[in-house]
Amino acid sequence: MIEMPLLSVEGLNKSFGRQPACRDVTFELWPGEVLGIVGESGSGKSTLLNAIAGRVGIDSGRVLYRTAADQIVDLATAQESQRRHLMRTEWGFVQQHARDGLRMDFSAGANIGERLMALGQKHYGNLRETALDWMQAVEIPPERIDDLPRTFSGGMQQRLQIARNLVTRPRIVLMDEPTGGLDVSVQARLLDLLRRLVQEYNVAVIVVTHDLGVARLLAHRLMVMRRGQVVEAGLTDQLLDDPQHAYTQLLVSSVLSV
Amino acid sequence: MTLQQDYAANAAQAPLEGYNFAFLDEQTKRMIRRAILKAVAIPGYQVPFGSREMPLPYGWGTGGMQVTAAVIGGSDVLKVIDQGADDTTNAVSIRRFFVRMTNVATTEKTRDATLIQTRHRVPETPLHEGQILVYQVPIPEPLRWLEPRETETRKMHALSEYGVMHVKLYEDISQHGHISTAYDYPVLVNGRYMMRCSPIPKFDTPKLHMNAALQLFGAGREKRIYAVPPYTDVKPLDFDDHPFEVERWPEACALCGSHDSFLDEVILDDKGGRMFVCSDTDYCGERQAAGHRGHMAAPYKDEAAE
Repeated sequence: MIEMPLLSVEGLNKSFGRQPACRDVTFELWPGEVLGIVGESGSGKSTLLNAIAGRVGIDSGRVLYRTAADQIVDLATAQESQRRHLMRTEWGFVQQHARDGLRMDFSAGANIGERLMALGQKHYGNLRETALDWMQAVEIPPERIDDLPRTFSGGMQQRLQIARNLVTRPRIVLMDEPTGGLDVSVQARLLDLLRRLVQEYNVAVIVVTHDLGVARLLAHRLMVMRRGQVVEAGLTDQLLDDPQHAYTQLLVSSVLSV
Repeated sequence: MTLQQDYAANAAQAPLEGYNFAFLDEQTKRMIRRAILKAVAIPGYQVPFGSREMPLPYGWGTGGMQVTAAVIGGSDVLKVIDQGADDTTNAVSIRRFFVRMTNVATTEKTRDATLIQTRHRVPETPLHEGQILVYQVPIPEPLRWLEPRETETRKMHALSEYGVMHVKLYEDISQHGHISTAYDYPVLVNGRYMMRCSPIPKFDTPKLHMNAALQLFGAGREKRIYAVPPYTDVKPLDFDDHPFEVERWPEACALCGSHDSFLDEVILDDKGGRMFVCSDTDYCGERQAAGHRGHMAAPYKDEAAE
């Protein structure tokens, strides 16, 4: 079997008024691959992510996704019902701030079970068991299943958000600065966990970050964005060790090392 | 009775001078009737309508009253209940209002009424074809506490994305060990729309299912009307391993001895004395008239006379 890309973005354009945010972005994402998008603030990284997820409309271009049923769907023009269904099942979205991605007024167990309930699972015992399994998988003590996420630490909230997204075994997870706002030791643990989960569940990830360290640890491949354009793309190590574009060189040389 | 005759009858029974029949002007009634027709055509769907100011505050039944005013005719027999009782302030006021505005006949007998406006209960006596039950609804949107954005809840209704409703029931079970939602229980109407059945106890929820009467719901403040037409499927949400159940009481009604009606607990003294009594006063009275007796009922009238 010839393997096909899971997602191919072709000529994506998006501007806010006269301000272009993404200019002619084209790339492919393969199953099980982790793609990092790096760049400074305002370079269009997050807009690109939101555009792929259909959270903001795009001006032109195509976002072709190969579904689990092996159909090619253009998410930019797909029916909203189908797009929302895919987002709930085959896709995940991890927000920078966990409170945006979690239901803060509902317990951890309910947060993990929500997607399953949306898919029609109506057996309380099974839902609970699944929730406990996932809490273990993301290293949250199982006895906290009935606690509100509000009482969790930042790192735990972020891990809960990841569990909530992975519970339907999505094929693509989009992450917007998953480690932003966490302190360094918690960041390291979260990155470890992410690496393990990505490998275990063979999920393709697009991770947006401004932290080159995170990109180096997590991503197989990198895209560097600047003013809405992809200025350089390639294998992570290659790109970081031998940057070709002047902006990438600047970016790499600006990293503080201890 | 034809519509023409009905109009004639309305005109004959002159209401309070200076007011139109049933308080609302004819144009408003037409607008509300159009909303009701749409609501009946799409069971469970919330139809927006131009809610009017009524001569009582929001939350006191303005939605139900507007629906009643739009469907009432001179030949109707009206019954108004509040928490099952015909003689509580809210019920008395609304009944008196419609008598002054329409001169229609009123009754406390569920069986004799053609139009029943209710707050918080469905009568115990089964309704029959041709009757209309009007509910007063405070908050019509079942997804309100789960999704604050109106645009989003509409989209969720349109795409039938109702999974999140189960999240609330999940929380109930995880906190209390059982589904503790006791009133305003979420139901799926006709296999399509999620609906709030107004704050009736969940004891009454099964009565909505395949009911012979037309059930209309009016929310005045929120400006929504929805309906469950006669013989419509109404299914309460539940989990496979925690099925839907209604309340049970340890005792029978102290006055009429009924085992299968909704009971109110009444505190009698400060020494723990209490009694359980039917919340539906008409049902309880009818049973007592038929000779049924609870353990605290007054002795039978014939015996008292001797």
